[in-house]
Amino acid sequence: MGGKIFAVLVVIIAIASAVPIINHTFLGASVTPPEDISTHGKAIDDQMSVTMAEAGVSFLAAQLILGLFVWQFANRKGGATKKFPGGAAAMVIVAFLFVGAEVLALGLVGSKAWAMVYFKPAAADALQVQAQAGQFAFYFRYPGPDGKFGQIHPDKIDEGNSNFFGLDPENDIPARDDITSGELVVPVGKEVHLMMHAKDVGHSFYVRELRIQQDFVPGLDLSVHFTATKVGKYEIVCTQLCGLGHYNMKSYLTVMSQEDYDKWLKSQSS
Amino acid sequence: MSDHVAVHAAPTSFIRKYVFSLDHKIIGLQYYGLALVAVVTGMVLSWIMRVHLVWPNAPIPGLGFLSKTGAPGGVVTPEYYLQLMTMHGTLMVFFVLTNAPFAAFGNYFLPIQIGAEDMAFPRFNMMSFWTTFVAFCVLIAAFFVGDGPPLSGWTGYAPLSAVGGDAGPGQAVGQSLWGISIFIFCIASLLGSLNFIATTLDLRTKGMTLSRMPIVTWAWFITSCISLLAFAVLMPACLLLVLDRIAGTSFFIPAGLNVGDHIQPHQGGSPLLWQHLFWFFGHPEVYIAILPAIGIVSHILICNMRRNMLSHKVLIYCMMAIGFLSYMVWGHHMFLSGMNPFSALVFSFPTLMITIPATIMTLIWLGSLYGSNLRINSASLFCLGFISMFVSGGVSGFFLAQPSIDIYLHATYFVVGHFHMVMGVAAIMGVFAGTYFWFPKMTGRMMNETLGRWHFFLTLIGTYAIFMPFHYLGLAGNVRRYSAFQDDFLVPLIPVHKFITYAALFTGAAQLIFIFNLIYSRFKGAPATANPWECTSLEWSTPSSPPPFDNFGGQHPVVYHDPYQYGVKSSTGDYVMQTSPERVGETL
Amino acid sequence: MTTILQPPQAELDHEPPQRQTGGPGGNFRNLAPAGGDLRAIADRSGEPTRTGIWVGLAAIAMTFAALTSALYVREGSGYADWTHIELPQILWFNTLALILGSITLERARHRVAAFMRNEEHDRSVPMFWLNATMALGLVFVVGQYLAWLRLRSEGLYLPTNPNSSFFYVLTGVHVIHVLGGLGGLSRAMFKFRSATHPLRRSTMDATSYYWHFMGVLWVYLMFILWLKL
Repeated sequence: MGGKIFAVLVVIIAIASAVPIINHTFLGASVTPPEDISTHGKAIDDQMSVTMAEAGVSFLAAQLILGLFVWQFANRKGGATKKFPGGAAAMVIVAFLFVGAEVLALGLVGSKAWAMVYFKPAAADALQVQAQAGQFAFYFRYPGPDGKFGQIHPDKIDEGNSNFFGLDPENDIPARDDITSGELVVPVGKEVHLMMHAKDVGHSFYVRELRIQQDFVPGLDLSVHFTATKVGKYEIVCTQLCGLGHYNMKSYLTVMSQEDYDKWLKSQSS
Repeated sequence: MSDHVAVHAAPTSFIRKYVFSLDHKIIGLQYYGLALVAVVTGMVLSWIMRVHLVWPNAPIPGLGFLSKTGAPGGVVTPEYYLQLMTMHGTLMVFFVLTNAPFAAFGNYFLPIQIGAEDMAFPRFNMMSFWTTFVAFCVLIAAFFVGDGPPLSGWTGYAPLSAVGGDAGPGQAVGQSLWGISIFIFCIASLLGSLNFIATTLDLRTKGMTLSRMPIVTWAWFITSCISLLAFAVLMPACLLLVLDRIAGTSFFIPAGLNVGDHIQPHQGGSPLLWQHLFWFFGHPEVYIAILPAIGIVSHILICNMRRNMLSHKVLIYCMMAIGFLSYMVWGHHMFLSGMNPFSALVFSFPTLMITIPATIMTLIWLGSLYGSNLRINSASLFCLGFISMFVSGGVSGFFLAQPSIDIYLHATYFVVGHFHMVMGVAAIMGVFAGTYFWFPKMTGRMMNETLGRWHFFLTLIGTYAIFMPFHYLGLAGNVRRYSAFQDDFLVPLIPVHKFITYAALFTGAAQLIFIFNLIYSRFKGAPATANPWECTSLEWSTPSSPPPFDNFGGQHPVVYHDPYQYGVKSSTGDYVMQTSPERVGETL
Repeated sequence: MTTILQPPQAELDHEPPQRQTGGPGGNFRNLAPAGGDLRAIADRSGEPTRTGIWVGLAAIAMTFAALTSALYVREGSGYADWTHIELPQILWFNTLALILGSITLERARHRVAAFMRNEEHDRSVPMFWLNATMALGLVFVVGQYLAWLRLRSEGLYLPTNPNSSFFYVLTGVHVIHVLGGLGGLSRAMFKFRSATHPLRRSTMDATSYYWHFMGVLWVYLMFILWLKL
């Protein structure tokens, strides 16, 4: 009796688990990645779809077979026991061949999507923006008309006076025209080279729609590059536990048309 | 073999019998008891977390007394949420999942299953438990000091965990206590592993070759080999962390950090170094958590199917393969950490390869069920639940093993769902299975079967209801380790979180059935025969339940057979015990 | 009354290994039915103490492997603060003391074994070598402390620079383990002289293996310190 209840239950659970994936919603909430607005995102999304199909088939098959076998073979009345054809050797071979091949394929094919993000260097004419993550806000810096970034001095950081990056405009000429912003504003269709450093502890930069995530590691100058393909406002959230304000550490990526972006940049300079 | 290694003298005083006992059985029970306290604490912490996430302003009764600053009036502050979360993870991973399936059951049953009278080093064994207990006390002390426990998660990433109080509440004394507690835990764990390995290699009784050891014995042995090397790496990591905190060194803290408006007086350290050291331990650790459960579940299933697996030896080879591969994949926790992106691919490959032994095991379990005649009882039900959970939790690994997909899913609830299912729930189901199965041997009484089945079905439904939705949240990009969901894209997901919270409270309540069953059956359970499950392995051949202090009542058992002679004609029915000199009859 | 820590008298004598594999019965004829399905394996000469010490040494090796890799990572990070420290000269003397201690301990071990085989009846010969080992071990420990003092006099403390940090950590962790070895050695010496808790061959062997490992480990650390720091 208990075996049959288990069998039915496990089948129900398996199907119930699959439904929100197929429906893309659970309790009315969308449970799917948001629309992709990046140039590399499609490769990632395709990879996810393939993986979902394979994982989904494996999951359903295993749970349904488990349910079926328990239904058939638990607490039977007598009956000679038969062995699964092929025995253990068959299982080993199946596992190696099918799973090994599938997994290799996922790994090899998936590496392309990874390479698009991480192996390709930023274009030489990409828009350079610096990002600083600190407890508990993101700040972004544009080089200004002179095209050069000023020096950063952690000891000169003075948030009360909006000197988030610790610039020294009195003594450092390139720093004078640097534009600091609490939001990341970029023109659509242009590659952005985001250079990242951490002010205090580890943080991370995550924009779901961009299919981008990268840790800020104190002591390391890291970077990501991306091209946004759709105008709009998207949330940037911190995904590396950084302290009590981690849940609240966010900013916005605003993607504008080229003209709007130029206007914005000019307005920031003044 | 054991002729020349005789047992320690039978203890007489209460202290020697039940407190500072050299007897591996008592030590096993002590580990189990400690794990029970830890799991209840960890579970209560998770309830508080879940309630806070969906009802942020709700006062939690009694919490205001524990921490006036962390939970004024019982309302959890953002930092306190993270502090509770850190303690939840630390307690569960170290004091529950490393203790219960491995130290508790392993200590109790490994010596008996190989026919020994005790572990190789009983005094080390006693020291090992009490050292674990000290580590537990040091950790719990963090609740009661200064700002409270650390908030950097059980992973304790530097520099958040290394710079000290400037980084936030709990990061002063609490974090140091955490580092010291884990350091002490490592010592205890190393002593335990040493004991397991030496005992398995040297104390097997006559006729007990390695190939005749039951699969669960092998699981404990392999786990102790992994554990030995893993904890030996965590120890220096914790040492370096504590030195960074109190001695001004800069192993993990780079120069020029402006934390809390103070420039930290450190330079040149590498936060990535902490991550490498931690995960070099951390990944094998999750296999330390799951392998004993794999062994327990396989062992119990074989007994209840009344015939061997298609090949229990292949299962053992799979466990060895997993153990070996576990040391090659730690970087998959660090794909986005800033390490060389080429290394990501290097780590991804063996991570995907682990699917192969895991699949072989699953196929063997399923294939062995085919054509069998599985006896259904609480223990075997939890074994079936284990298989289901192991598969569910395992397939989400397909996603996370690929760096390109990890770009999206890293640090989301997808990861949290993955490890809770495949490591947390699955291992706990293994522990439950082991409890129902071995309770008669440990106490001489049976656990109540009706309560056991209720416990199982409610837990199966409940844990799926909690953790399956985590994956959906992750796909939506729900970031983890958030104490509140205020971002634009998170607010619509709160109904899902409410569902999960109800499921968590429901599942937690269901565990009361188990606690009640444990206590009730201990005193009023139906008396058990010596071998109620008709099982072949040596623990069922002891002259009494619980076994006498030297396990075999002065006898040295001799082993004549492979471990799983089921489904054969014999004088006892359909099985031949390993210690029975009887010839194995024809297959039934 | 035998305990798990103390074998019957016979074990103190030299034990001839008796391996028998395959075939029915062997030494256990009286326990088995004739022609039964048996594969009784006779006593192996493996002793848990010897296995235990190798297992423990594996763990210690792993700890130092982790510390070594930490050193390499730190040096390789390329920060300007990686510098160079002169190793105090006394370290070479300490190394010599530790290696000599291995030699004296080996002599002690052989003399103890001879004593156990009743070839030698004078306790004082093995005790001399054991004491010599203990003395050399203490010389090492004191010498390490003097090395630390030397560094301090040069203004090199634990947090001063990464090189000094690793110096103190590596030598410190090593010397703590050496102190453990000295503890084990004094326990062995106590048992050697005790009538109620006599020393076992395996305990003596285990103590020696541990000691030699500390020596080998130290030579390795000297090499790393010299090469890297």
